[in-house]
Parts: sequence; structure tokens; C-alpha cells
Amino acid sequence: MALALAEANPIESIALDVEGVSHRYDVDGKDLQVLDNVSLTIAPGEFVALLGPSGCGKSTLLRLAAGLETATVGKVLEDGRPITAPNPDRILVFQDATLFPWRTVRDNIAIGLEARRLLDTKGYRIDEVLKLVKLEGFADFYPHQLSGGMAQRAALARALVNDPKLLLLDEPFGKLDSLTRLRMQNELLDLWKSAGFTALLVTHDVEEALLLADRVIVLSDRPASIVAEIRVDRPHPRRRDDATLVALRSQLLEKLGISHDV
Amino acid sequence: MSAAVEDTFESAGRRSLTLPFTGIWRNGLFAAGTWALTAVLTYGLPDVITWGATELFAAAALVGAGIFLALSVTVHRLGSVGRTLVHYGPWFIVLGLWLAVWEVLTAKLGWLPKPFFSPPQGLLHVYVTDWDRLLICIAYTGRLWGLGFFSGILVGFAGGVALGWSKRFAYWGMPLLKLIGPVPASAWIPCTFFIFPSTFHASIFLVALASGIPVAILTAAGVSQVNRSFYDVARTLGADNRFLIFKVAIPASLPNVFVGLFMGLYYSFAVLVVAEMLGAKFGLGWYLQFNTAYSAYANVYAALIIMALICAGLVRLLFVARDRLLGWQKGIL
Repeated sequence: MALALAEANPIESIALDVEGVSHRYDVDGKDLQVLDNVSLTIAPGEFVALLGPSGCGKSTLLRLAAGLETATVGKVLEDGRPITAPNPDRILVFQDATLFPWRTVRDNIAIGLEARRLLDTKGYRIDEVLKLVKLEGFADFYPHQLSGGMAQRAALARALVNDPKLLLLDEPFGKLDSLTRLRMQNELLDLWKSAGFTALLVTHDVEEALLLADRVIVLSDRPASIVAEIRVDRPHPRRRDDATLVALRSQLLEKLGISHDV
Repeated sequence: MSAAVEDTFESAGRRSLTLPFTGIWRNGLFAAGTWALTAVLTYGLPDVITWGATELFAAAALVGAGIFLALSVTVHRLGSVGRTLVHYGPWFIVLGLWLAVWEVLTAKLGWLPKPFFSPPQGLLHVYVTDWDRLLICIAYTGRLWGLGFFSGILVGFAGGVALGWSKRFAYWGMPLLKLIGPVPASAWIPCTFFIFPSTFHASIFLVALASGIPVAILTAAGVSQVNRSFYDVARTLGADNRFLIFKVAIPASLPNVFVGLFMGLYYSFAVLVVAEMLGAKFGLGWYLQFNTAYSAYANVYAALIIMALICAGLVRLLFVARDRLLGWQKGIL
């Protein structure tokens, strides 16, 4: 079923299935459970937001989907195949831009192609994504010369140059100032629409989730389990004072345990 | 503190503008004065102790004074070299004074007696009379140091990367490195005599050991301290282990490696004297020992100055290399 969908989809994207995943860490000899029986299905090309309190295990879910770790219990599948190792089809964008400080913006973006020895055939994509994230003029800058927003855009470009089918975003705008964040949210939306990848966004910002996602999944405090799932059937671009969104917002806040109007 | 702050501002490229000067470089004039004073004192006062090269030294100081005199009106046409000269102006003045005082206290008054002290003219005498032997010594030392230092840092760097990267390597290697590290070079001499086919090889080993160990320790520390998320990023982008080592771990640890290289450079010079105790026929370290044995301290000082200058030059080269490789650090430090 998932495979058929992927084939039917003209733009390349993949379905992500999380089946009964529980995950534990061993922290200084203490057993720490971060995920508790989480199951969810994300259709190809869908934009899903994971909402939950800080440190609840949202990021762990992304690390499992990226293939950086393997779940203690349960399965994480891409188009029905288990995820066992990292693959540039599924790229994780972190809260910090984590650009390599010894490489220029261009060379940072080139890392994925360089690592897979595709620089000769796909090198032209670098200039394309530079334009896409509006960093054409900064290709030869070093990361320390960039502002926070520019660095995060460069990190996004570094992911996009590999034409990911699944983009995993771990609070990518969490450290940006509020104006830059608004701009970046719109840019991300445009990129998602034009590139057509499946997007899984982890955030603790209710408004961000509502503005961007097709579906918002609320996770509980650690160990995280799914508390609620809300579909946001509103066309883009969305206005934050849209009556439906305002209603959904208080609904989500309630699920997160904040009952008053904040 | 305020000097450090000024440095940061200057390195950030923010230097307040000063009006371009076109007149006379006053410090240059003063320097010419102090150097001329040295020349006059050297030539005019009689030597209490004979050192030789009295006239030559006076002439050299006079030439120096002449150069400063000429520079005092032309320095502003020399561009960046001129700016550097102007920056060190006060040093040139003090250097002239220092030479004068040194000359008077030793050769002219004899308060600092032979053979323990030597006036500048005595050093000049050594350079003039013994230059051929000194040149050979420099060549021999250069060969020993070059072979030892470069093989040492190469092995040290490779070992450091392995120690920092592989847990198993670190398990066995780190304790050994910590044991070997503090052992003074001379303690190795008995073993090296047995292990190596010739004393020259043994000397190379000692220099290599002195320069390699700090490089190994700092490289290992650098590699093991690399931000884990750099690896995560590279892995999600499709990097294999080879890429992680050569394109992530090594460039990220280069700042540490350079600290190790600077330390290794100093240690390697310190150990040269010991290394050349092992039956060397020539070399600056050998020259130092040989002349110490004969109480020819002027020769010892002369050779020490050469060593110090070479070491300072190499440090300078290393700084240039570091600035080229680590240009990306500007603004981070």
C-alpha cells in the first residue's frame, strides 16, 4: 500500500511508519525510557508536526527515523522497509545549524555530495539550492560570518541539495529571533511545496505546528506516548488569527496540560 | 587586559586611523644615536681584556647607526616593511643602549670577566673566525632536527588520530603514552644505544620522541573532543568512516594539533643538545658541549644565539602555516 502510493506520487517522497516503538537509554548506568509504544503513519509528501514538552523524547524519534539509532522495541519503516542505517534520502536538520566551521557555506552544502562522490555529476545543484535559500551572495563565507538565520538556511540547503525524500526537522527555528522565525517558516513551507518531500517537524511551539503542518501529533512528557492527533485542514498560507487555528490552538494547549488561555 | 582587548580589536580589522606621517622618524634618529654611541665607546675606550674584532664591531655599529639615520627620513616610503620598522622603533633604541652598556661592562671595564661573559665584539669575533665550523654545525643539526622532527610529528599525528578515534586503541595506548610522556630524553639513551644500528639513528629517535609525544597527546585530545553532532550530521548526509576521520575529525582537531606542534618544536630544540651527545661529530648541540668543556663561553653564546634565531624563525613559519590552515577560526577565537 505504502509502496503503491510512493510510485503513484510524481514527486519523490517516502512514507514513514513507526510501529510500536519504545526506546531506552542507559544514562550513567540508569535505565531511562524516552519513548513508550509510539505508533504513527506518515503518508508520502505529508507535513507532520510532533508537539511535546521539552526533553520528552521527540528528538529521539527523529534520530530513529534518520537511522542514527535503532529502536529498543518496535520498528521504524520507510516505505515498508526497516530503517537500519543513516541514508541521505532521510536527512535530519538540527536545532543548531551545526555547519562545519572550517568549511565555507558552499563547501558545507557540498558535504553530502562529496561523501557520496557525486560532486562531479550533481555539483550544479549547489548553486540551485544556494539560490533557493537566498544565500547566493554568501557562498564563500565561513559559518562564523553568518547570522543565526543565515546559518540555519545554509543547514537547510545542505539537506536539500541531496534531494531528500524525508526531511526530519528537530526544532530548526528554536534558536532564531521571532521575526526570522516567521520568515523561515514561510520559506520552509515554500520549499516543501516545491520539492515535495515528506516532512516531520519536531517543535514545542504550538503556533509553528499549526501554521505549517497537515497534522499535529501531541506527545506526553517522558516517556513520550501519543496523547492526541489533530488534523489541520486549512489551506496555505495560513493566518495565525484564523478562527479555526485559534480554536485548535487552545485545544492543543489543553492537551499539553495548559488549560488556561495563555 | 586592556592590551588583550586592543589585540582583539586589531585582529577584527578595526584599527583606528592615524594620519599618514611624512616627516622625520624620531625613534629612528634616536636609534641612530644609541648605535653611534656604541660605536664610539667601542672604538674610543681601550679594551681591558682582549677579545678581538674591536674595530670590526665598532664599524658594524656605525653602519647600523648610518642605516637608522637613512631610515629616519625614508621609512615612510617603505610601505608595510616601514610600518613594521616604525613599530619596533623603541626596540632599536634600547638595543643600541644595551649593546653600549654590555660592551662597557665587559670589554671596557672588565666588571663581567672572561671567560664567563663575552662582550658583543667577542661574539662577533667568534662568528668571523669560526664561521665555517658553525655553518657545518648548522647543516648537521638541520639534518638531524629535520629528520627527527618531521618523522616524530608524522607518527605522533597518526598515533594521536588513532588514539582519539578508536576506543580500543585508546585503551592500550593512552596509559603507555602517559607513562612515556614525562620520561626525560636522556633516560632513553641506554636503550637507544642497544636498539638502533647507529648513534645517528638514536639521535633522530630522541628528537622524534620529544616532538612526537606532545603532538600525539594533543591530537588525541582534539579528535576525542570533536562535537558529536558533527558526526551525526555527516552520517545522515551519507558519510562513511573514512570521511568521518579525514573530513570531520581531523579538520575539527587541527587547532589542537597546532598547539601540539608548537610544543613539539620547542621540545625538539631542547633535546638537540642531548641528542648530539651521542657521538655526533658536528652539530650546534655538539658545538655547545665541546666549547663548554673548554670554557670557551663566547663560542657557546654565539651558538646559542644562532639556535634561538633558528627556533624563532621556525616558530614564525609555523604561525604562517597555522594562519593559512586555520583562517576559518578568525572571529571564533
